[in-house]
Amino acid sequence: MARVLIRNLNKKYDEVHAVKGVNLEIRDREFVVLVGPSGCGKTTTLRMVAGLESITSGDILIGETVVNNLPPMDRDIAMVFQNYALYPHMSVRDNMAFGLKMRKFARPEIDRRVRDAADILGIQNLLQRKPRQLSGGQRQRVALGRAIVRNPQVFLFDEPLSNLDATLRVQMRVELKKLHDRLGTTAIYVTHDQVEAMTLGDRVVVMRDGLVQQVGEPLDLYNEPANRFVAGFIGSPGMNFASIRVADEGGALHAVGDGIRLKLPPEVAVRLKAYTGRDVTLGVRPEDLRVASGEAPNGLDLDAVVEVIERLGSQILLDVKVGGGSMVAAVEPTVRAKVREQLRLALNPDRLHFFDSQTEAAI
Amino acid sequence: MAVSDLVSQNAFAGVRRRGVATRLLEDERWLAAALLAPTAILLGLFIAYPFAEGVWLSVIDARVGVPGHFVGLANFVALWNDSIFRVAVWNTFVYTAVATVFKLGLGLWLALLINRNFRGKAFTRAFILLPFIIPTVLSTFAWKWMFDPTFSVINWTLFHLGVIHARINWLGDPGLALFSVIIVNVWRGVPFFAISLLAGLQTINPELQEAAAIDGARAWQRFRHVTWPLLLPVTMVVMLFSIIQTFADFQLVYVLTGGGPANATQLFATYAYQIGVGTGLLSQGAAISLAMFPFLLIVVVVQLLYIRRVEVH
Amino acid sequence: MIEGAKWRRWVFFYMPLGSFIFWLLFPFYWMLVTSVRPDRELYRPWMAPNYTPFWTAHPTLEHITDLLTGTLFVRWMVNTLFIACVSTLISLFCGVLAGYALSRLKFRFAGALGAGIFITYLVPQTLLFIPLADIIRKFQLGDTPWALILTYPTFLIPFCTWLLMGYFKAIPRELEECARIDGATRWKAMLYIIMPIAVPGILSAGIFAFTLSWNEYIYALVFLSSAEQKTVSVGVTSELVRGDVFYWGELMAGALLGSIPIAVIYSFFVEHYVAGLTGSVKG
Repeated sequence: MARVLIRNLNKKYDEVHAVKGVNLEIRDREFVVLVGPSGCGKTTTLRMVAGLESITSGDILIGETVVNNLPPMDRDIAMVFQNYALYPHMSVRDNMAFGLKMRKFARPEIDRRVRDAADILGIQNLLQRKPRQLSGGQRQRVALGRAIVRNPQVFLFDEPLSNLDATLRVQMRVELKKLHDRLGTTAIYVTHDQVEAMTLGDRVVVMRDGLVQQVGEPLDLYNEPANRFVAGFIGSPGMNFASIRVADEGGALHAVGDGIRLKLPPEVAVRLKAYTGRDVTLGVRPEDLRVASGEAPNGLDLDAVVEVIERLGSQILLDVKVGGGSMVAAVEPTVRAKVREQLRLALNPDRLHFFDSQTEAAI
Repeated sequence: MAVSDLVSQNAFAGVRRRGVATRLLEDERWLAAALLAPTAILLGLFIAYPFAEGVWLSVIDARVGVPGHFVGLANFVALWNDSIFRVAVWNTFVYTAVATVFKLGLGLWLALLINRNFRGKAFTRAFILLPFIIPTVLSTFAWKWMFDPTFSVINWTLFHLGVIHARINWLGDPGLALFSVIIVNVWRGVPFFAISLLAGLQTINPELQEAAAIDGARAWQRFRHVTWPLLLPVTMVVMLFSIIQTFADFQLVYVLTGGGPANATQLFATYAYQIGVGTGLLSQGAAISLAMFPFLLIVVVVQLLYIRRVEVH
Repeated sequence: MIEGAKWRRWVFFYMPLGSFIFWLLFPFYWMLVTSVRPDRELYRPWMAPNYTPFWTAHPTLEHITDLLTGTLFVRWMVNTLFIACVSTLISLFCGVLAGYALSRLKFRFAGALGAGIFITYLVPQTLLFIPLADIIRKFQLGDTPWALILTYPTFLIPFCTWLLMGYFKAIPRELEECARIDGATRWKAMLYIIMPIAVPGILSAGIFAFTLSWNEYIYALVFLSSAEQKTVSVGVTSELVRGDVFYWGELMAGALLGSIPIAVIYSFFVEHYVAGLTGSVKG
């Protein structure tokens, strides 16, 4: 069983508490993505699993073994680095064979493994070249090959696609997913790009300031973010936020804010009952805003003035002004709009998010 | 080629047992200690120990074959009253100061000249380093021959150009000797300054010069306000090395004049050699050598502080 | 190039550069000419007319042959070569290990030790030579090449360490980390991954160390006494002067031949020299 268990993991650098009490279980054959902004502790956590950083407190288990004090070479893991870390003075073949040589594998076995991995990745004809003769994408494949030949219990990925250009990144993302389907090895993947997290992960772990914000399948994070940070981090363009007060007007709960006056539907009102009279944060995703032209107002819409129109081809992004604040609406490409035009945007009652103003937790 | 082959085979059969040495060397601190041990031993034995012994020697009155008794600062007091020592101190300062100024000026000029693109640039750069590369003593001997009172080629040229009418006794004239020695030191040091400053110049973004030119700065102003400040860190480091080397110089003066004539070119190092090795007065020789130390320390500290300040900017 | 009128180029560029080059290289030329000039031409007084001062019409090899057969010059060359090679190897060994430790390992005294090594580089030989002579005598190494082989590293190691630290720092940390994950111990990662990549730096340091040893004078002068043990620098300047008479022909031949090994190495490795020089300055 190649599962990874992280128990109460902490890392302190002098005064900086980089990783605060992280608890995580990565199941056998699972592909888990750690995602978050720079400095959130995701890379530090990964490096502690790898054995490249010492653990301040807590435990890490790979399989059934506590690996806290094991050097990296004894943990049966393989890692793919952001800068590929290919040994420049060795050929591709020697790069891939290095780990096996260090573990004293027999020559024919090494050859066989290198050949098989090269076939899987399509780099058979690159084996004699040196890293400097390869393109970015090829180097990435060699780095993957080097990890595959070792057939480890766990793959660790440290932002491996960040150095590739946009097109290549999309391509490699697909290849990585196919590779994981094929090999099925447990994997921990670190990235700051939420698109990668959503497309690659079986489960996604969002981190911030050393703390785990939420763990779940990608769509769960998208549909039911646990707090304001996750809500704003997942999804592009990001969720729109507005501060509103929950007001009881004539027996029905309304959300009242700057330029906002919404009559809350019953299922939503139930959730917000306890916040009557207080301020909360409203969150709406750009894709959940619709241009309501020609329909009668139904209490669940906003008056907006168009500021900027971004036509992407597959959709149109409208940067609008609602009251004193700004929002973004992602609408169909067929929508006609003009700058400085006044619009009504309709909200979907099932797609409203609310967050506590102090704790930022989802309501 | 079956994928299942790759996946099902797992060569990892549990944690390997490691020897004590291997585990120990995995620890950064132990590995560092092991790697630094040879250096520490060699430097401890042949620098720290002699330094301590030198200090000890200077406060006793040992001579070759005669162990000494503690005499406190008597040696240093004697030195202070020794007129030759005072001359040596003065000479060393003059020697160092004048030579360094010229080395810096000429080295900088040469670096600026070579910094342009011209045919044969690589060759030129390679050739001008020769005075620095060739063993000092050997090239100094060539200068001694060139300065020879009877056979000097320099004198011959100057005479036949009508510049002089009697021969110049470069190394034998007490008023001229220090100057001649400085010439040779500068000759030897200019390449080091030039090449180092050249490297420094090449790290300066040419766009800065171009921007300044567009802003209306003329060549001299561009140099003063753009080039020189950016070159300062490298300049300070080069000067640090050069000053220390020049202050403690021995080879050059020993070969050219041995310290004479009449102590006109006597320096700390040559005087220490003369007293300590020449006449066997070990303790006094050690005291002279050690007397260099405070001055060197001041120079080092001042320069390091300056470098740190310049680099922070 | 200097833009503008041609005369400007001549005055501000060609002439100064030419003068510099002439001044810097003339002594070597003079060394060469003197070595092959017959005695009767050498010792003519300087004011004599009809004198071909800058070349000779009758080059002779007698000074060189005298040097090689009539003196211990060849022995001195061998001594110097031996001493320079062994000290360089010792210094490279210590310098590579120390440079690696100081630049890539984290431990408590890293900063202090680095500073310490830098300081020892600044301690000049002329400060230590008297007590060192005493110590050498105590260890009974006097008048043997080992006196120099063991003391030269004192100024070679700090230099090598400092230079190599710069090279090591430039190697990405991930290469080692990847090697350690692949299965290498720290030691093996250093040996198989870091060292091969640092070879240009090691070469520069080695060449520079070799040159510095060849160039050393005061320790060789003080620690060696018998003629057979001397190095080239000491031998040429002490043994070729008999009484008050300077045998300039042989002396210059000795100076020339003594410089050749260094000049040859230099010509093959110019870039490494410059890299070593500038590396130590930019450190």
